[in-house]
Amino acid sequence: MSGAANEAAAIGGPTRTARVAAAEAAAGRRRIAIHLLRAVVGVLFIWLWDHASGTWIDTMLISSPSAVGLRLWRWVNDGTLVYHLSITLYATAWGFAIGCAVGFCLGLFFGRFTLIAEVFDPYITAIYSIPKIALAPLFIIWFGIGIESKVAVSAAIVFFVIFLNTYSGVREVNQIYVHTTRIMGGSETDVLRHVIVPSAASWVITGLKVSVPYALVGTVIGEFMSSNRGIGFLINQATGLFNTTSVYAGIIVLAAVGAVINTALKYFEAYVMRWQR
Amino acid sequence: MTASIAITAVRKSYVARGREVLALDRVDLDIAPGEFVAFVGPSGCGKSTLMNMIAGILPIEEGRILHDGRPVNGINRNVGYMTQQDAVLPWRTVEDNIALPLRFHGMAGPARRARVEEMLAAVGLTGFARSFPGELSGGMRKRVAIAQLLAYEPGTLLMDEPFGALDAQLKLLMQEQLLRIWTERRQTVVFVTHDLAEAVTLAQRVVVFSGRPGRIKQIENVQLPPTLDVFRVRFLPEFEAAYTRLWDALAPEIRSGEAA
Repeated sequence: MSGAANEAAAIGGPTRTARVAAAEAAAGRRRIAIHLLRAVVGVLFIWLWDHASGTWIDTMLISSPSAVGLRLWRWVNDGTLVYHLSITLYATAWGFAIGCAVGFCLGLFFGRFTLIAEVFDPYITAIYSIPKIALAPLFIIWFGIGIESKVAVSAAIVFFVIFLNTYSGVREVNQIYVHTTRIMGGSETDVLRHVIVPSAASWVITGLKVSVPYALVGTVIGEFMSSNRGIGFLINQATGLFNTTSVYAGIIVLAAVGAVINTALKYFEAYVMRWQR
Repeated sequence: MTASIAITAVRKSYVARGREVLALDRVDLDIAPGEFVAFVGPSGCGKSTLMNMIAGILPIEEGRILHDGRPVNGINRNVGYMTQQDAVLPWRTVEDNIALPLRFHGMAGPARRARVEEMLAAVGLTGFARSFPGELSGGMRKRVAIAQLLAYEPGTLLMDEPFGALDAQLKLLMQEQLLRIWTERRQTVVFVTHDLAEAVTLAQRVVVFSGRPGRIKQIENVQLPPTLDVFRVRFLPEFEAAYTRLWDALAPEIRSGEAA
């Protein structure tokens, strides 16, 4: 029956011809080429940096790749990296978790109760407009110079991103899904679990992706302001001593951490949103 | 015998842009258990509004609707509801979608899986249990919606232009499938459509609504010999007679709507 063939074609079924194989091979070659070119760009950048250092630009300002590499290597071996990175990651993780949990719950709540959302709207907009970094000194007064103030800064930043995204996601839910689920016998909890949360998921995940770097930023800024441990402290201390090599090493550590977390989130997104092609 | 759906003096108006718009004006209609009724009428005549009131999605402010003897007040969980828009959840697989109402009704796991298999077979989608709706064609998604609608065996089906978005050939296939299912199970069906031929093919009774405000203008009892051949039925003289009478009732409503 031709209907069956059409259906097989509609889902990319078993009609695997030579052309399919050729198209896949071409896509594979393109991927390899992209990876190679990326490596070339990286190598070129490091070469340029190395070349510029001491010839065009003072080494004091931009250090040099070899010095930064050596510094990183020393940090890895003498335990400096683990000691400082662990505290930064710990504060980032807590700030991220607290900001996400509170933001998600409040976003759901406001999304469901429009009246409350409208009443609070101007205040939320006002608080949202404050650069959250301006709250950091306040948090240091409240929570001291320990890890709690760093957690608070990153939680405050993450909270707003997740809260607003969850709220928009809930408002965007297609009402037809809500109606049919109720008519089929679903309770309010069922609607929340099977319709609202999954429907808002793409918004929430976008929020998560945006807020991970923010969480890191929040922690590092807290560490800049007052601390005696953490990557932010390390960078800040090195800046005070005009030790640019350590500053660059610290920045590279932060960039690497951010990239690793973002990659992990990309896989998480691909899994949660696997229904979307 | 009491009516499955008893609509008494239902009136519905909306307030929009500082004006009250009357959508439905004093509608009375009894629908018998096991009857297949189609609503036709120009756009904006309130036929979907009436159906959404039976489903309990829209509140009934004036008049009364009884379903199986109970007044409709809030979401009506004793009906099955299907619209032109795809309502199968895109983030659940085909089998999870069909199983959803069964879970809500407390059916145990093994029985649920057996029923899902049975429904997939009934709509010809065996083997697509683990696909996501986004991976299927429009017609296949409609069949998933029908399987889901029938899985929990609601006694009354409310269908608002369910096949409206499909191409003409696919529409015929879906009509045939629906007619076969209805012939076997004899649910009460309320079927809203723009397509007169579809109404005459499927329904035992076709209700024509006038343009805004919606009133019942005419009710046509369609008497066709029992058949499942939704294509050839169009060439019967009874079909033509019913179609012509309905068109004569409907055409002036559509024209006045276009002129306004």
